[in-house]
Amino acid sequence: MTTTEATLTERRSFRDTPAPPDAAPLDVRGVTAAYRDQPVLWDVSFTVPPGQLVGIVGPNGAGKTTLLKIVMGLMRPAAGQALIYGQPFAQARRWVGYVPQRGSVDWDFPTDALDVVQMGRYGRLGWFRRPGAEERRRALACLEQLGIAHLAGRQISQLSGGQQQRVFLARALAQDARLYLMDEPFAGVDFKTEQAILALLRELRAAGRTVIVVHHDLETVGDYFDRVVLLNGRLVAEGPVGEVFTRENVAAAYGGSVAFLSDEGMWGVVVADMDGAARSERAAANGG
Amino acid sequence: MGGLLRDLLFDYTLRNVALGCAILGVTGGVLGSFAILRRQGLLGDALAHAALPGVCVAFILTGAKTPAVLLLGAAVSAWLGALLILAIVRGTRIKQDAALGIVLSTFFGAGVVLLTAIARSGNAGQSGLDAFIFGQAATLIWRDVATMGLLALAALGVVALLFKELKLLTFDPAFAATLGYPVGALNVLLTTLIVVAVVIGLQAVGVVLMAALLITPAAAARQWTDRFAAMIGLAALFGAASGVAGALLSATGANLPTGPLIILVATAILLLSLLFGTSRGVVWSRIRDRRSRRAALAAVPPPPPNSGGS
Amino acid sequence: MSADLVIILTAILVAVPCALLGSFLVLRQMAMMGDAISHAVLPGIVIAFFLSESLGPLASLLGATVFGLLTTVLVQALSDTRRVKEDSAIGIVFTALFALGVFLVSKFARDVHLDLQHVLYGEIAYAPLNPLLVGDFDLGPRSLWTLGIVTALVLVLVGLLYKELKLTTFDPGLAAALGFAPATVHYLLMGAVSFTTVGAFDSVGAILVVAFLIVPPATAYLLTERLSRMLLLAVAAGVGSAVGGYALAYSLNVTIAGAMAVVAGLLFLLALLCSPSHGLLAHLARQRRNGHDFARDLLLARLAGLGGHATPQALAAGLGWEGARLDRALQHARHGGWIDRPREGEVLLTEKGREAAHRATGRLRPAAVGRV
Repeated sequence: MTTTEATLTERRSFRDTPAPPDAAPLDVRGVTAAYRDQPVLWDVSFTVPPGQLVGIVGPNGAGKTTLLKIVMGLMRPAAGQALIYGQPFAQARRWVGYVPQRGSVDWDFPTDALDVVQMGRYGRLGWFRRPGAEERRRALACLEQLGIAHLAGRQISQLSGGQQQRVFLARALAQDARLYLMDEPFAGVDFKTEQAILALLRELRAAGRTVIVVHHDLETVGDYFDRVVLLNGRLVAEGPVGEVFTRENVAAAYGGSVAFLSDEGMWGVVVADMDGAARSERAAANGG
Repeated sequence: MGGLLRDLLFDYTLRNVALGCAILGVTGGVLGSFAILRRQGLLGDALAHAALPGVCVAFILTGAKTPAVLLLGAAVSAWLGALLILAIVRGTRIKQDAALGIVLSTFFGAGVVLLTAIARSGNAGQSGLDAFIFGQAATLIWRDVATMGLLALAALGVVALLFKELKLLTFDPAFAATLGYPVGALNVLLTTLIVVAVVIGLQAVGVVLMAALLITPAAAARQWTDRFAAMIGLAALFGAASGVAGALLSATGANLPTGPLIILVATAILLLSLLFGTSRGVVWSRIRDRRSRRAALAAVPPPPPNSGGS
Repeated sequence: MSADLVIILTAILVAVPCALLGSFLVLRQMAMMGDAISHAVLPGIVIAFFLSESLGPLASLLGATVFGLLTTVLVQALSDTRRVKEDSAIGIVFTALFALGVFLVSKFARDVHLDLQHVLYGEIAYAPLNPLLVGDFDLGPRSLWTLGIVTALVLVLVGLLYKELKLTTFDPGLAAALGFAPATVHYLLMGAVSFTTVGAFDSVGAILVVAFLIVPPATAYLLTERLSRMLLLAVAAGVGSAVGGYALAYSLNVTIAGAMAVVAGLLFLLALLCSPSHGLLAHLARQRRNGHDFARDLLLARLAGLGGHATPQALAAGLGWEGARLDRALQHARHGGWIDRPREGEVLLTEKGREAAHRATGRLRPAAVGRV
């Protein structure tokens, strides 16, 4: 047990999650998915080993969010399956924590940060039971870990975008999961929050947790993640960042919509959006 | 006023009316809170209109004006309306707003057709059915109030029991699904509860104005608090207050219909809340803004000789 | 002119402007604003009655249009405070105004010749009995004159502003950038809806106007992709509801306005179930067929990937399908001659299947690259 694992265990006495079976945290096997008859994922297979930070990267419409939905049983694949610790999601949900996109809820809802974080405990509480002092204590600890315990009583619409994102992360933390799935947690947050989230991800990794992040910022992929899954409807490449996040693979994933700008070992990418407006993304990586 | 109070306590009719209106105000406020936060405020409007043909069919089938039977008919047809709205939105390119309008107007049309058919059939018992359109709180008798009370207790009991689940469903349904909650079934349950709230109000305020009881008190409550449970409590209180006040006001004069008065009182409460609500009221927000601006101005220190920034 | 003809003409003159304006409401996802306005004009009508009974229909048209626009402004103002969501704002405003209207009708029922039955059903049956008199000269049924003017105005409005309405409906951002003032168009549209609603009020009442405003346009929306055709179809559906509704009311001896709403609903139901492009049945059939074809293509591609022959067990494992699903797909593929089953435990790709698998892989493989 690492030191961080020990502090996590001590500080929040997270002992109620039984250890998951000895299988890969996520095993995607030949997943094909379609909306109506329009395929969005074609025969995608990869395995995520435990204790890694994994980025899922690809252009708009590459099927990143669809893949997350399938992993969490929110959508049925046309073929293939996604196994979590060797089991379908329905049997494995207690080991999974989820951070949806921040824009997916109405932040005008009348509640405060602490209450939202407590929702992370609902899965453990079961039906009918209300959150009590224990849930409150744990939720506060999770807010603390993200450095926003002082905002516990704040109405959620009065939080900044970055603070709202931290509340969502604290909620996932309260789930005390072994595998975390996060949909664009870095989108539209300030620099400070980005650093705080990154620190949390690393802490989770140090505690042996597995974190899978849908990510859109090519520039930071090399710094943030251990492994990367490059998606473009199909799987372009998957593996350790150093081996896989290369100029050739990114070009394959982003296709004709990227132009490369060479700059002494760095390579930059200009991505043309669907609407034709060019958005530039630089990527610092080893591909050269 | 003293006389009115005495009537409220001892006058059989007024007591029934006031109690009935209070009951429908409470259920409307509680379930309306869920509805408006889910941006489904107008669903209540559509379902209320959709209840009308059910009332008529129940009457034609049984020939009796037992409140339980009529309300059951109302609930079944409102529920069918909800189902149709869902089918239209899920199955076609037509959006929620038009689906609501379609169900609302065609079901209501069918309702008035049946009403005139019943009237022409010369059935003596029909005279009371018109009451379901604009409501006729003054005709509420103890049996009606008891039926309304039982339905309300059942609906509020379910909300109390599943408060945590319904709250999560309203705030973040996708997250609820990942936790393993049966989101589809909970959605159906919540819609059913809204149908119950609508049905409770039909006799007193009628199908046309029922929407107000699901929207206005809840929207008023939202201005006073940022906590969901408190919002529900306040919405219930505002709903009940509007109901009782409407009943009392209409008892003060001739030709003062209860239903519209309830809605006008509720609207007045909303306007006051928008202005003076402690959480989001316009007046307090202005004062707070000014204070914080002044505080910010006062907090700006005179430039220190060696400013490092904070 | 026979009484029947007057009633049917009156109904058609309600249906046409409602269908035209309602089409834009449905496309702009503002159908419930139509509902709101049709209710909220009631106090305007009552007050106009009250103030100037002698002025007749013109005063009530004016009074109600004012209240219709007031509704639009109030809903906008209420949701602009950001303290109430838009759908709640609509519900709050129209119920309050309608309650005010009902209150006024009940309170002053003896002073204004208006009752709640009238508010609900309108008085289309009396249309032939109510002539427009100038001096002693009978110009024919008053409803035809009022609604004729309303219809003409709406036709002129939609005709003149067709381009603007279309652009602000489909791309408000672009319209604003091009200088088309979406807000002005919005208020013009809402003013026209108010005006039309009032014109129709006498004939079909406050609530059933909604059936004419929303249902025929929604029916048309299920049948076509083009705006111009949608307007025509909506008008056709509206006129059909008017004529059919009158026939229904006549045969059953029930309220005419209600029967028209019912027929409008039945026409919608017909389109909902049977529209070749957007109907539920077509949708289900398409889904089924696509599901079958998609499953077959997946199966063939997988089989090709396994070298052209495999056991059902290997296929099931590779596809993650349970037995029944695989059996269905295998049966489908065998019927079509794409695979062969020489023995129980063996699946073989035929030549036809091999070609299909190749095509499928090329076609089905999502090409985000190509789409960007």
